[in-house]
Amino acid sequence: MSSRALKEHTSVALLAEGVLNGNRLMLSRAISHVENQETDASALLTALYPHAGKAHIVGVTGAPGTGKSTLVTALALSCRGAGMTVGIVAIDPTSPFTGGALLGDRVRMRALAGDTGVFVRSMATRGSLGGLSKTTGDVVTVLDAAGFDCIIVETVGVGQAEVEIASTAHTTLVVEAPGLGDEVQAIKAGILEIADILVVNKADRPGMDRTLRALEMMLDIEGNGARYVRHHGQLLRVESPAESEDEETRWKVTVMKTVATDGTGVEDLRQRIDAHRHWLRESGEMAMREQLRIANTLENIIRAELNRRIAASIPAGGLEKMVEKIRRRESDPYAAAAVLLAGV
Amino acid sequence: MSERKIRILVAKPGLDGHDRGAKVVARMLRDAGFEVIYTGIRQTPQMIAEAALQEDVDVVGLSILSGAHMTLCPKVVELLRAQGQDNVLVVVGGIIPDDDVERLKAAGVDGVFGPGASSEAYVEFIQNHVQVIV
Repeated sequence: MSSRALKEHTSVALLAEGVLNGNRLMLSRAISHVENQETDASALLTALYPHAGKAHIVGVTGAPGTGKSTLVTALALSCRGAGMTVGIVAIDPTSPFTGGALLGDRVRMRALAGDTGVFVRSMATRGSLGGLSKTTGDVVTVLDAAGFDCIIVETVGVGQAEVEIASTAHTTLVVEAPGLGDEVQAIKAGILEIADILVVNKADRPGMDRTLRALEMMLDIEGNGARYVRHHGQLLRVESPAESEDEETRWKVTVMKTVATDGTGVEDLRQRIDAHRHWLRESGEMAMREQLRIANTLENIIRAELNRRIAASIPAGGLEKMVEKIRRRESDPYAAAAVLLAGV
Repeated sequence: MSERKIRILVAKPGLDGHDRGAKVVARMLRDAGFEVIYTGIRQTPQMIAEAALQEDVDVVGLSILSGAHMTLCPKVVELLRAQGQDNVLVVVGGIIPDDDVERLKAAGVDGVFGPGASSEAYVEFIQNHVQVIV
């Protein structure tokens, strides 16, 4: 048998047309095109961007083993029951050693098989460290343009600091499970701060009450109604302006209990997400989060392009030569960087 | 600046639940630098073809120990082709009698690996048959 092409080349125009017309094969190929950062991927995104912006984007994050994939599946089923179509992006880590990845989120998602109102795509982090992959936001744009009402993004199992999801999603769920850490864990900075809704999944397990108390205590200390701005590449939490400090208009982060395996609490969770969506619209917060999201996207595009230009302007072997010079102490990394960047 | 990776779906069609082999192969392919989408046991040919479509994979790997390969594998190939996934490589691993190997190949299966097949054999087969166009 002869070698096969990995995939035949499909033009950007055909891909865009397919995505907008609901052709699932073209949608899938368009996602690959964007994920692989093909040279004309930006042209594809330019074609799709005007059609995006309608979906509600829900981020689901939390430590490994808290039941994120099962919860995403249960949420998707609940959305389908309410008449919404659902796109899912599920992210698992790439090995830093081999570049390979084992993407296993589909194992938990078999209940969604056979439903054409659902589209599930697994993505590997491909070297990104923030809980998403570099192109996750772009893949969400493709699914959005394809017309899915709700897009759920499941991050890799995260630790304490992977908060990138908050600048991609409209509503961020942070999933905890009973028995993972005490009150001190709950008041540490990072992951818990980005939650619009906190979920304690596996609520039928021992330790439930303690986890619930710890999270509620944290919410008490924090006060509710803070929000985020992006400042020099960091998400900053700021208190809402005084005029919206009114108890009535603030969003209250609540703790929801679910047992994703049998669906307990999932319907309530979906309604809470819906309430958040309404609140975003009515409070004007949506415009702010969109600004944040767009600024983030723009920064990423500019940074990627600059990286490309920098790589292209350093002659082949230039970096290695410089490293050797530094190793011999004939130069230092700071001066060498200035020299290498002079040509950019 | 294309960053393509070879993507492989590993699935167990049919009703036998012996997924050790599929997991070992999935892990081995991961270590060879591929992106492996593992779907687990009790998959119907329809579920496998649809997952392959959504994931835009280059290779579908089927693990079968139940003896139902002559029913299930050609069905997967047929569904993949009907969806327009013409270039997807289909490989089968498991307990396949010698006589059936040729019949599977005639039905569109590209490669068959039995017990004792080395990891190198799998990886080489995939690398030789899937070419990355840059």
